[in-house]
Amino acid sequence: MEATDRETRWHGRRAQPWLIRLTHWLNVSLLLLMAGSGLQIFAAYPALGPRGALYGWYPWQEMPPPAWVRFGDWLAGARHWHFALGWFLVLNGVLYLSYMAVRGEWRRRLFLPRRDTRDALLMLVYYLRLRRTPPPIDLYNGLQRLAYSVVLVIATVEVLSGLVIYKPVQLWWLGCLFGGYDGARAVHLLGLGLLTLFAAVHLVMVMLHPRAILTMFTGGKHA
Amino acid sequence: MPNRITRRQFAATVVTGALLATWQTARAQSGFLHWMERWNERVERFVFGSERLAAEVPPGETTPTEDFPSYFISDTVPVAPAGWALKVGGLVARPTTFSLEQLQQMPRTDMRVRHHCVEGWSAVAAWHGVRLRDVADIVGADPQAPYVEFRSFDAGYWSSWDRASALHKQTILAYGMNGLPLSPDHGAPLRLYAAVKLGYKMVKYLTEVNFLPERTGGYWEDQGYEWFAGV
Repeated sequence: MEATDRETRWHGRRAQPWLIRLTHWLNVSLLLLMAGSGLQIFAAYPALGPRGALYGWYPWQEMPPPAWVRFGDWLAGARHWHFALGWFLVLNGVLYLSYMAVRGEWRRRLFLPRRDTRDALLMLVYYLRLRRTPPPIDLYNGLQRLAYSVVLVIATVEVLSGLVIYKPVQLWWLGCLFGGYDGARAVHLLGLGLLTLFAAVHLVMVMLHPRAILTMFTGGKHA
Repeated sequence: MPNRITRRQFAATVVTGALLATWQTARAQSGFLHWMERWNERVERFVFGSERLAAEVPPGETTPTEDFPSYFISDTVPVAPAGWALKVGGLVARPTTFSLEQLQQMPRTDMRVRHHCVEGWSAVAAWHGVRLRDVADIVGADPQAPYVEFRSFDAGYWSSWDRASALHKQTILAYGMNGLPLSPDHGAPLRLYAAVKLGYKMVKYLTEVNFLPERTGGYWEDQGYEWFAGV
């Protein structure tokens, strides 16, 4: 019953349907530009915490990000880019989530704890060289599903903390979630760090499995 | 098969278009960024609540005065000209000149709110002065004037505001900071202070307030910073 359901569900479906490919590459371009303009904005005050009471836990106070990661020429330019492209990043995310919901793609992409926890742990054990064989893989293994789900949560936190920095007074109720304006700035930067970490691991993994890169362009074979 | 190529071409077109749109000047005077700034200003006006108040900050979070940055565009700290007075005019029934003493005799407003600088820092100070809405009542500001312009003796620094933000309850003409008379580096004798705008909108060293039929930009605004700049 389960097998039949799965076969009919994915029958004729590519590994990476066109909308997933489109939103993925738009996401790559937009995230790079958002990160670059965000770091250009951060360079104007490369510190965390309010004036006179900088956060003690942040080790890189007063250290601006290097010029090569910045985008937008100057503070005003970077702000225009950041607040313009932010809309498209959110739209792209909404498009991706809607597609996953409508087409049932979430079932093979998102982490469902009851289904995937065991698989994720087995995969982790395999990566740690404690187990010879990986668990049987569907489209993604449990660990991938966990990563692709957590990154959606981080992206959401980025959007919300960004809105608080943009309108700390008007959206004060949202600011409560992050400990106000300066808290939101810290979360926003931490989120960028986590997204960068995700991207780095993601890049290493797809370079170890180059077919995955090709599939994100071609869509892969029909199931 | 033809269908597949079309889709791929479509995707390529969208991605190329997105990248091309990003390849232009960062000054936002025309094109994509300009259009988006206009869109963002509409959103800013929409989320601005003219009756919504910024939270009062507890005294313990006050930034030490020496840590509260103070910016001006003149080479040295601007000093008020002899016989300084504030001129309020434009579309008003009774153009009026106020001395500092006259302003200090009007009902005083005190507030301790967070300051948000466009650079990203925040700081807290207590400010006291007179509400601009009270001044607007005295001079009989024309309800049809949608903009308010603020001018200064700091090398001509100026900024113009939307009326709703200017007449907000927490927008004051401040003559004091942290319980003391305003110091020269923070805009003595009189500065604009508000809870609802970024710092560069709050003109220091005030000389004129004008109610106007159209917006007149500003020192930083004309160089490319956002005009609305609400927080």
